[in-house]
Amino acid sequence: MPAVSKGDGMRGLAVFISDIRNCKSKEAEIKRINKELANIRSKFKGDKALDGYSKKKYVCKLLFIFLLGHDIDFGHMEAVNLLSSNKYTEKQIGYLFISVLVNSNSELIRLINNAIKNDLSSRNPTFMCLALHCIANVGSREMAEAFAGEIPRILVAGDTMDSVKQSAALCLLRLYKTSPDLVLMGEWTSRVVHLLNDQHMGVVTAAISLITCLSQKNPDEFKTCVSLAVSRLSRIVSSASTDLQDYTYYFVPAPWLSCKLLRLLQCYPPPEDGAVKGRLVECLETILNKAQEPPKSKKVQHSNAKNAILFEAISLIIHYDSEPNLLVRACNQLGQFLQHRETNLRYLALESMCTLASSEFSHEAVKTHIETVINALKTERDVSVRQRAADLLYAMCDRSNAKQIVAEMLSYLETADYSIREEMVLKVAILAEKYAVDYSWYVDTILNLIRIAGDYVSEEVWYRVIQIVINRDDVQGYAAKTVFEALQAPACHENMVKVGGYILGEFGNLIAGDPRSSPLVQFNLLHSKFHLCSVPTRALLLSAYIKFINLFPETKSTIQEVLRSDSQIRNSDVELQQRAVEYLKLSSIASTDVLATVLEEMPPFPERESSILAKLKKKKGPGAVSVNELEEGKREGELNGGGERGGDNSGIAASNASTPSPSADLLGLRTVPPVTAAAPSAGSLLVDVFSEAGVNDDGFLRDLEPPTESSDSLLAEGSGDSDSAPPSAVSEDPAPPLPESNELLNKFVCKNNGVLFENQLLQIGIKSEYRQNLGRMYLFYGNKTSVQFVTFTTTVTCPGELQSQLNVQTKTVEPLIEGGAQVQQVINIECLTDFLDAPLLNIKFRYGGALQNLTLKLPVTINKFFQPTEMASHDFFQRWKQLSQPQQEAQKIFKANHAMDTEVLKAKLLGLGMALLENVDPNPENFVCAGVIQTKAQQVGSLLRLEPNAQAQMYRLTLRSSKDTVSQRLCELLAEQF
Amino acid sequence: MIRFILIQNRAGKTRLAKWYMQFDDDEKQKLIEEVHAVVTVRDAKHTNFVEVYMLAFVVMHYFPPQFRNFKIIYRRYAGLYFCICVDVTDNNLAYLEAIHNFVEVLNEYFHNVCELDLVFNFYKVYTVVDEMFLAGEIRETSQTKVLKQLLMLQSLE
Repeated sequence: MPAVSKGDGMRGLAVFISDIRNCKSKEAEIKRINKELANIRSKFKGDKALDGYSKKKYVCKLLFIFLLGHDIDFGHMEAVNLLSSNKYTEKQIGYLFISVLVNSNSELIRLINNAIKNDLSSRNPTFMCLALHCIANVGSREMAEAFAGEIPRILVAGDTMDSVKQSAALCLLRLYKTSPDLVLMGEWTSRVVHLLNDQHMGVVTAAISLITCLSQKNPDEFKTCVSLAVSRLSRIVSSASTDLQDYTYYFVPAPWLSCKLLRLLQCYPPPEDGAVKGRLVECLETILNKAQEPPKSKKVQHSNAKNAILFEAISLIIHYDSEPNLLVRACNQLGQFLQHRETNLRYLALESMCTLASSEFSHEAVKTHIETVINALKTERDVSVRQRAADLLYAMCDRSNAKQIVAEMLSYLETADYSIREEMVLKVAILAEKYAVDYSWYVDTILNLIRIAGDYVSEEVWYRVIQIVINRDDVQGYAAKTVFEALQAPACHENMVKVGGYILGEFGNLIAGDPRSSPLVQFNLLHSKFHLCSVPTRALLLSAYIKFINLFPETKSTIQEVLRSDSQIRNSDVELQQRAVEYLKLSSIASTDVLATVLEEMPPFPERESSILAKLKKKKGPGAVSVNELEEGKREGELNGGGERGGDNSGIAASNASTPSPSADLLGLRTVPPVTAAAPSAGSLLVDVFSEAGVNDDGFLRDLEPPTESSDSLLAEGSGDSDSAPPSAVSEDPAPPLPESNELLNKFVCKNNGVLFENQLLQIGIKSEYRQNLGRMYLFYGNKTSVQFVTFTTTVTCPGELQSQLNVQTKTVEPLIEGGAQVQQVINIECLTDFLDAPLLNIKFRYGGALQNLTLKLPVTINKFFQPTEMASHDFFQRWKQLSQPQQEAQKIFKANHAMDTEVLKAKLLGLGMALLENVDPNPENFVCAGVIQTKAQQVGSLLRLEPNAQAQMYRLTLRSSKDTVSQRLCELLAEQF
Repeated sequence: MIRFILIQNRAGKTRLAKWYMQFDDDEKQKLIEEVHAVVTVRDAKHTNFVEVYMLAFVVMHYFPPQFRNFKIIYRRYAGLYFCICVDVTDNNLAYLEAIHNFVEVLNEYFHNVCELDLVFNFYKVYTVVDEMFLAGEIRETSQTKVLKQLLMLQSLE
């Protein structure tokens, strides 16, 4: 056969492709394809054995037809046959077909795996690479099972060719991401880190992606990569632009590798070793210096490559957040980019500066660019750039510049793109509240918001202004006056009418002295809007009217007349009619005293976090929250029991924590006395859905910590036995508990809510509450795919003696979970007596025909049934002494697994469920706790003492309980937590 | 990591689609259409980056908004759009230049590459992709090394 050269590889294929291209209509194309399919089918079925070339050609044609968007239901066997050809071109087409048309036909998988196995052991680097690429492209569970052991060997073997190493590293990465349980750490892991030193830059480039992923999951095991990465980076950064030859790209030495190295370093805190750190700082400085040098080429490729490294370096500097000098230099560099003629650079500079704004070291430096950023907001052509500018303004806002920034954002709102208006409104509302020095400014701002962008002012925003006005009596008169003036406008937004109705109904009396806003004038003004409004607003206005009758008896007859009119009292809307009837009756029957009591001024709302923040968190921060940041935010959140710290580039996380919330959330309305029924259409209108921890709200999971480990799958492609299993296999034996189920269990010892488990298909969230010896757990099963899960069943079992210790009742779940949907299951738990093991949760379902079967441990641990017990120092030691029998005590001395931060420890101990006793232990470094475990059979008192030794990074943990097994169990559970 | 690579012409015909995460055929089709709709309306004054939360309903509608971490980094060469979809935390410029590096390799390999080369040699384009990108990561960046390997493969039967 002639050597394959351009164009004439497979003549028949080229002819076929030309034919297709020449088809004038879709019908003609389909006709041509069907003709070809018939031809290929007959060739495959024919008596004459096809030679390799023909087989390759036909398989390639089938592939082409498939890529045009037509279904292919034959030819798989021929493709698999090609795999065992010893000609590269035939093998390549075979592998390509398999990679593109993965088929879960188990017969074939076995044959494919066999062919891959042969190629992997062929010692022919070309064939090995083809096989590795196929595994990397398909990445199925079956392949992981077959090759997860073999690939690490190939990767670290001394005689493996460089190109094979590159493929093996990334192939292993794919398997690790899809089936982490099958890729076992071992002797190879330490050798993999040393690939960072490999002579071949391509090997380093490929291996570093694997190392980064492994480091994220197992930071301690891969710690040594930090110094290796720093020295590699240092060699690249200090090399002349021609040193690296093949790896120099437009005069920039190894840009992609540099970025990957800097990315790897972001998995770790700053190096502790002074020398390593010094070297790294030097690298970062060199990178910043190079940005100032004149470009070596005018080509955009040169500057892009250079700046790719620069931005990655700045990300690392921000990640460390410990080098003020570097942070400020980074900020200055970005400041230059803000005015660059390349839109890409302006965009990236705005984005990057957003994170710099939240660092205390660079916040001030960022603020100096305010004028440029405001200008960007006004003049950028690309909406995404304007959006970044708005984000940055939000992030750099503080008390000193709030008025200017809010004013600019307001004026931008008038012309802002519809897609971002609602978010802008929320941001303005938050800033106005957060940095309000005088509340008249706040009221002005919000009313302006309603005027400019009324349609985008969500309910949370106008609820909030009412909460604040009600809670602050110094602003009530001003608010009434301003809203009265705003309502004078001939056309005003319905939201303005709502605010006006509410505020005048409450505080109209404060401006009634002025004849221009006498009670009757106020009423007529409001009523002039009435007919243009929707039903809920009309209902609100009716409530305002009855309040008017109370505030201003002189308006009584006018208002009664309105209420009595047919359009009210016979209104077809039940709510309006009922209000009209009741208010009319109330005004005519009740004495002034009764009326005054019923319609008393609204009490202040309880202090609460702003519901607007919650709303903004729900929206996508245009600074697109990075997963890392989110997790960081959440990790901090964990300390206070999984508080809801969203995290957003634009610094919402920070603001959330420290909002000097001067007022309350309207949620309070629901707890207000029945008077509220007379207030604006109570329930429906004023329920704050965001503070409502409604368990059905599918937003629930987002307020929980994301899993600390990856969201990668454990059974991405279905469990091993899936394909041959008949549908009835749902009833087969539950799988054994996942190997990491103990670890998952440990995550929940000190907390009740979170993500219990996650893989590529399924996320299981948990929310639980305990009282006395009873517990209730809500499990949320989220289908992460777009395909439905069928025959979804869950079973909870108590193995062994647990059966007599815990009483667990489950409600059945819907057997079908739509793609993207979430279902909830409630589990009731009763603790009969103390226990050791955890109940098992087995989940089975079918996903695309494959049976999924997994078993987890339900995080029910004995400490969940603790009742905290407060006691004084004297009592504590007295009881401590009483529990002095040797078997009552359990003690463990162990190394700290996490940073020994006092606040973290406190939070964890509180999460444990015991009372944390202050000023009891003579040594203030130590912690003591007391609690009683409630079981049906008995109560078990327990005392705890935790002694941290910061120098040795060790703890001594002592537990004393009235029951020995409890001490032991608590000690075991807790030793894993610190 | 790279979630997918698409090469499309202005009319929306796909010249290469390489997927690094699992999508079913419908999702792939929707993504292809959506990407086309999003990039073709942009001009030279726009950035080369598009955040794709508007695509999220296809990508992973289950996830709350914070998790919709995708962006498309694209570059236009004559009538062809080369698009790479990556995580939102990934380095924009690094992937932008990865596209260019890839295009230069194609250009060298096919001697002044044009759209038709990609059509008639679609099975070879996959080989070029696998040499340069694997498992959603950058595998090899040296044009010299990639081309040497491709020529070696070309010479094999």
